[in-house]
Amino acid sequence: MDFGISEDQVLLKDSVRKFLEAECPTTRVREIMESDTGHDATLWQGIADLGLTALPISEEYAGAGLEVLDLALIAEELGFACMPGPFLGNALGTIALQAADHGEAKSHWLPRIASGKAIATYAAGEKVGVWEAGDFEVRFSGGKLYGEKPLVPFAAIADILIVAARDSQTNAPDLFLVERAADGMTTRELIGNDMTRRVSTVHFDGTEALAIGGGKAAIDRVRDTALVLIAADAYGGATRCMEMTRDYVMIREQFGQTIAHFQGIKHQLADLATDLAPTCSLWWYAAHAIDHIEDRAAHTAALAKARITDLFDEMGRKGIELHGGIGFTWEHDIHLWVRRSLFDRAFFGEASYHRARAADLRGW
Amino acid sequence: MNLKYNETYQEFREEVRAFLEQNWTPEDVASNPVVNELKRGLGGGARTDERATEFRRAAVAGGYLYRHVPRAYGGSEQRPDPLKATIIAEEFHGAKAPYELSNQGPAMLVPTLLTHGTEEQKETYIESTLMGHIRWCQGYSEPGAGSDLAALRTSGVLDGDAWVVNGQKIWTSNAADADMMFALIRTEPDAPKHDGITYMLIDMKSPGLDIRPLRQMDGEAHFNEIFFDDVRVPRDSIVGDRGNGWKVSRSTLKAERALIGNASMQRRTLDGAVALAQLTEVRGRKAIEDPAIREKLADLDSRVCAAEFNGYRLLTAGHRGEDPGLAGLVTKLYASQLSYDIAMLALEISSDRAMLGQGEPAAPFDGMMMGSFNGAFMLALGGGAPNIQRNVIGERGLGLPRDLRK
Repeated sequence: MDFGISEDQVLLKDSVRKFLEAECPTTRVREIMESDTGHDATLWQGIADLGLTALPISEEYAGAGLEVLDLALIAEELGFACMPGPFLGNALGTIALQAADHGEAKSHWLPRIASGKAIATYAAGEKVGVWEAGDFEVRFSGGKLYGEKPLVPFAAIADILIVAARDSQTNAPDLFLVERAADGMTTRELIGNDMTRRVSTVHFDGTEALAIGGGKAAIDRVRDTALVLIAADAYGGATRCMEMTRDYVMIREQFGQTIAHFQGIKHQLADLATDLAPTCSLWWYAAHAIDHIEDRAAHTAALAKARITDLFDEMGRKGIELHGGIGFTWEHDIHLWVRRSLFDRAFFGEASYHRARAADLRGW
Repeated sequence: MNLKYNETYQEFREEVRAFLEQNWTPEDVASNPVVNELKRGLGGGARTDERATEFRRAAVAGGYLYRHVPRAYGGSEQRPDPLKATIIAEEFHGAKAPYELSNQGPAMLVPTLLTHGTEEQKETYIESTLMGHIRWCQGYSEPGAGSDLAALRTSGVLDGDAWVVNGQKIWTSNAADADMMFALIRTEPDAPKHDGITYMLIDMKSPGLDIRPLRQMDGEAHFNEIFFDDVRVPRDSIVGDRGNGWKVSRSTLKAERALIGNASMQRRTLDGAVALAQLTEVRGRKAIEDPAIREKLADLDSRVCAAEFNGYRLLTAGHRGEDPGLAGLVTKLYASQLSYDIAMLALEISSDRAMLGQGEPAAPFDGMMMGSFNGAFMLALGGGAPNIQRNVIGERGLGLPRDLRK
């Protein structure tokens, strides 16, 4: 038994950390998030050149064939850096296509995604709070999709959308592939709290789509992966908020000493660290479970998403409070993570929803 | 990451199972006074009777118990292997068989004697302590020396062949049942605070030693005050050099932190809270059907899972020789807060019947959850108050500056 990350995984994390420190400091984060699309093609190609877009794709389709845990370790680093761009949606679209059952679509698109030449996204959530395969109402009929997906990440720049919808013929949930600018598809970009990850509403009015199969099993796997990637992003973001705040209290002087000398501050940070540190093992386990311990995956992914996104919110709030007034200004960087935490909290459903699911999955 | 045990460990597990089948029979299980899982969660029920001792000796001979202790002193002297240790603990608990005693003697005194004791002390005390034949209490805290332990003032003055001890200790657990005390005594009044302390082994039946039970908020008396009035302690009954007791005691405190950081107790109490919610009907509905209760149980489940998986992580880090940093420093504070929160939810599940106390048949589970509520305080305060833990986490884990200390 070995519950830890491997040397290769440590190297992978380090290389992503170094790349983002150099190519994506917060000055760059701000430029990209204030741009038209919120996406920077050069930065994205750098991510692809590091092999990160190829990582979850099987070797058969020019990928690296690695696991959800590897992907989650990258998500943690992106959260730590607050990297803007389509990583999450692209990863979910990729995992969905990979889990689907259409060789031709895979061999056409997956190598392009691996090299960074194409970007995918994933369309799941529908009516307020609805994220389960069996509840989707967007329907596929006669080769075309009808209905609306209100929260699709980076739909405006994605080359393909993988859509979870109901097949009218079988009345069962399944996956469908839509290409950019397909007839009968309209998108509207929404005003989001998190400026680093854009979302759009996508409307299908008889949009041509390819049924790629996979069914509920694939949709559930994408959901669990999404919950783990969000949890890992939140863990990375919360860790960064804690480190920024620690660094600040060690230089800010009041009453003739740095405020880190006050127990009120030291103990508040110690409490936050005490809550946060053990949760790293929670998302590691959930990520590992998706590939290796099937009957524990859905439950631990739900718990990880709920617990860690809660902590990310708390860390951001306490971080701003400990910074004092400066923490509430536009110039200070900490709000970038506070905004990011609002995405992590909401996307794929709020914490209490996942705790309710986890209670059901326990059989209580 | 690989959560499967390889073949060697699978075989080891089979070996442990076979040993248990042969040495701890269904009759033994039936004779075990521990019937309630919740009581087990609160640490009760460790047997030290003849049958349990016989079993423990067989388990030591087989290499399963007290693996870190040399054979010469009654241990089984095995190469450290956290995975094997975990398998043994799982299988012994599963078979409801006597396991290593986990009170102050085996957990705190024995590691100290192994590092600092004389040959004679090791031979006299270690094996009889491991089997529960000599029971120990810890004489550290004093009315004026709690979190600031080195401020202790109970004095020892050498008079011929004995130390003459005067003063008072407090919060001494299980003193009434103890045969011996390991204590910190100030023997060098003129030396700097930390350099004037000696680690002493004191017979609880010594003339001049008076034990007074200290009644707790739950009405029970696990703690005592101990008064020393010219108590004579043999001159050679000290561990390490005179004046070196602070350093000697550090190995003991480290051992205690490891003792308190395990998540199995929180898992058992959470299981107890779920069972309580499944049995308790509140306003015509089972508590477990209340969405608010379900959500709170799931929240606690996420925190217990994190503690369990973090435990796996620490085990692996130990195995690899890596420093786990914050993940290792926070376990005690994390576990004590979690225990308190589980106990609070159990009280909420009990609705208005939460006002009934332990032992009251009209209370859910005979008021057993009140025991875990009180147990959470003991867990929080034993081995260093929560704010001392916060200092350690802030200073050693986050690199914040040290508190002003005199």
